[in-house]
Amino acid sequence: MQKAKSIELEVAVVNGIELPGHWNRMFEPRVISEYDLSVLDQVTSIPGAESLGYCYQCGKCTAVCPVETVGDYSPRKIFRKTQLGVSLMDSPDLWLCTTCRNCLRVCPKEVNMIDIMPAVREQAVLEGKAPAELLTAFENTARYGNPLGEPPRKRTEWVKSAEVPVPVMSQVKAPVDVLWFVECYPSYHPRGKDASVALARLFNALGVEFGILGTEEKCSGDSQRMAGEKGLFEMLAEHNIKMLSKYQFNQIVVTDPHAFNAFLHEYPKYGGQWPVQHYTQFLAPLIDQMHLTRPLNKKVTFHDPCYLGRHNGEYEAPRDLLKAIPGLDLVEMGHCRETAYCCGGGGGGMWLDSFTRDYTSQRLSEKRVLEAVEYGADILAVTCPYEVSRFEDAVKSTGNGGRLEVKDIAELLAYSAELI
Amino acid sequence: MRILVLTKSVPDLVEELVLDEDSGELLHDEMTYVPSEWDDHAVEEALLIKEDSNADVTVLAVDTGDVDNMLFTALAKGADRAIKLQGDFDLSTSNRKRAQAIAHYVKENPYDLILSGVQAIDDIDGQIPAMVAGLLGMPHASVVTDVRLDGDRVHFHQEYGGGLQAELASQTPVVLGIQAARKPPRYASIAKVRQMMKSSVLEEVEVAVEEVPELEIRRFFKPVAAGHAEMIDGDAEEVAERIVSILKERNLVRG
Repeated sequence: MQKAKSIELEVAVVNGIELPGHWNRMFEPRVISEYDLSVLDQVTSIPGAESLGYCYQCGKCTAVCPVETVGDYSPRKIFRKTQLGVSLMDSPDLWLCTTCRNCLRVCPKEVNMIDIMPAVREQAVLEGKAPAELLTAFENTARYGNPLGEPPRKRTEWVKSAEVPVPVMSQVKAPVDVLWFVECYPSYHPRGKDASVALARLFNALGVEFGILGTEEKCSGDSQRMAGEKGLFEMLAEHNIKMLSKYQFNQIVVTDPHAFNAFLHEYPKYGGQWPVQHYTQFLAPLIDQMHLTRPLNKKVTFHDPCYLGRHNGEYEAPRDLLKAIPGLDLVEMGHCRETAYCCGGGGGGMWLDSFTRDYTSQRLSEKRVLEAVEYGADILAVTCPYEVSRFEDAVKSTGNGGRLEVKDIAELLAYSAELI
Repeated sequence: MRILVLTKSVPDLVEELVLDEDSGELLHDEMTYVPSEWDDHAVEEALLIKEDSNADVTVLAVDTGDVDNMLFTALAKGADRAIKLQGDFDLSTSNRKRAQAIAHYVKENPYDLILSGVQAIDDIDGQIPAMVAGLLGMPHASVVTDVRLDGDRVHFHQEYGGGLQAELASQTPVVLGIQAARKPPRYASIAKVRQMMKSSVLEEVEVAVEEVPELEIRRFFKPVAAGHAEMIDGDAEEVAERIVSILKERNLVRG
């Protein structure tokens, strides 16, 4: 094995002054250079995964990684294990990251797990090394356009319970102001549908000219991309862009922060460039027109979705909306805004529940629900479709049933506006 | 060793089946089609044999429209070639006619081992492998698992009544209806499938099929429900009590 050369200069000239380097020079290769780095090199040679090699093990990420608090995992550990020759491709570690972005927020070396994870996972998927339950979600998405495996034709079934007009673009045949991209969980999951009904009624009450794609809509695919199925993401992006391009609208409004992320950063790469807002951003300037009359005398805390907050910098719109509800007492949890904890659903975590259970002591959603209870909240307000089901399950599994409610912000607004 | 896998697509039961109310005909155009699950197992078994022994795997589908994705997926999983049999076929083409078409093709293009899913959900008659074998005068076995090559012979398992398994051996060529592969069918990443669509071609082979004796489907209908499930209400204690009493009533518990 070739020994590493010392990297320090023998002499440096700074502002004309000659500084000899003998006092800090590394005359012998450090112990670290004695490692066989071929396994690390294998990972960092994957396009997107280069920055894993930048880690200098300061451990800042370990202090903020949500998975670390329930398991033996952090980006620093990933680097260290890989450096020691443990194959990341074959390690369960590869599937535990929820791409919450908290490590990147504090990393002085910009080791970027948001790029590393999908890149390495893509390789693992190609080599047939992905957990079976994740592959089922991929197959469902490829076949049905949603990870739940629900019939594509039933994507608009929820509209019936809205009891207000929810125009489908293929039938509208006229330009609209807002193209509402509903997404999968808000279309199919029973509790997700509740938020969609609430939002549909809010849009109607506000007189928003809107339309949905209906059965022409497929999953935005962002979480599948983060989970390592880039090809699937591309297929979905091409489909959605093709469908959206048929219609005229001023902007896209999304229910799902993951779709928000896709429309903001990924779809433009495939030719789909439209102004996009999360529904909380769209509604926040319209607070005065919402007639929020029914008080909600409850202590409410808000869980910042990773892909709305840390990934895309929106912390105020959801809070502005909550504060506008009369009687509502907004309390912040210790982990909030930039430091918010993760629900565990991002980066494919939504489809890895059984797998993750084998390597962690607790679900991230359970940890978060306990924090909300600790702060005395009656309601945990959310605004990402993954969260309602995750947190409601966690409320039950931590024995807090009846003590903490989980509600989408759209549900709380519709309640206060006497629409539900 | 040349292996041929027969595949077909079937209606996807995730969506409700649509019947024409007047004629009782299945409305094929209203349905979405997916690869038959048993055929997926046949493809997997063939690929496992290939991994053991360097066999060459060809997948075949009768072109009833919209079979390309199924064939490209098999190529992405590791099949070497894909054949589309073209002629006067559509989604309602009978198994009898499909078997005739496949037999014509195999007569001109010999294979050592022909695998197919044991049956498919659209007709559940398991006829394709048996008819292909019959038309070609080859040995055939149905409900087969664990296919292995032993020199120029093929060994495989078959389930018998009374919980018995039999290990059988056959000369080649032979046609086998696969019940389940040794491992769950592998996942083909979409990137790989899309790459196959760009880089490989499906070989189109024209086959003419003479008139064959066929059955006529008079109508489809949904069976009338004879009984209903009982929903047990109450708290945990009451529900448990009711379950215990049902089990006792029907003699489902001992002691």
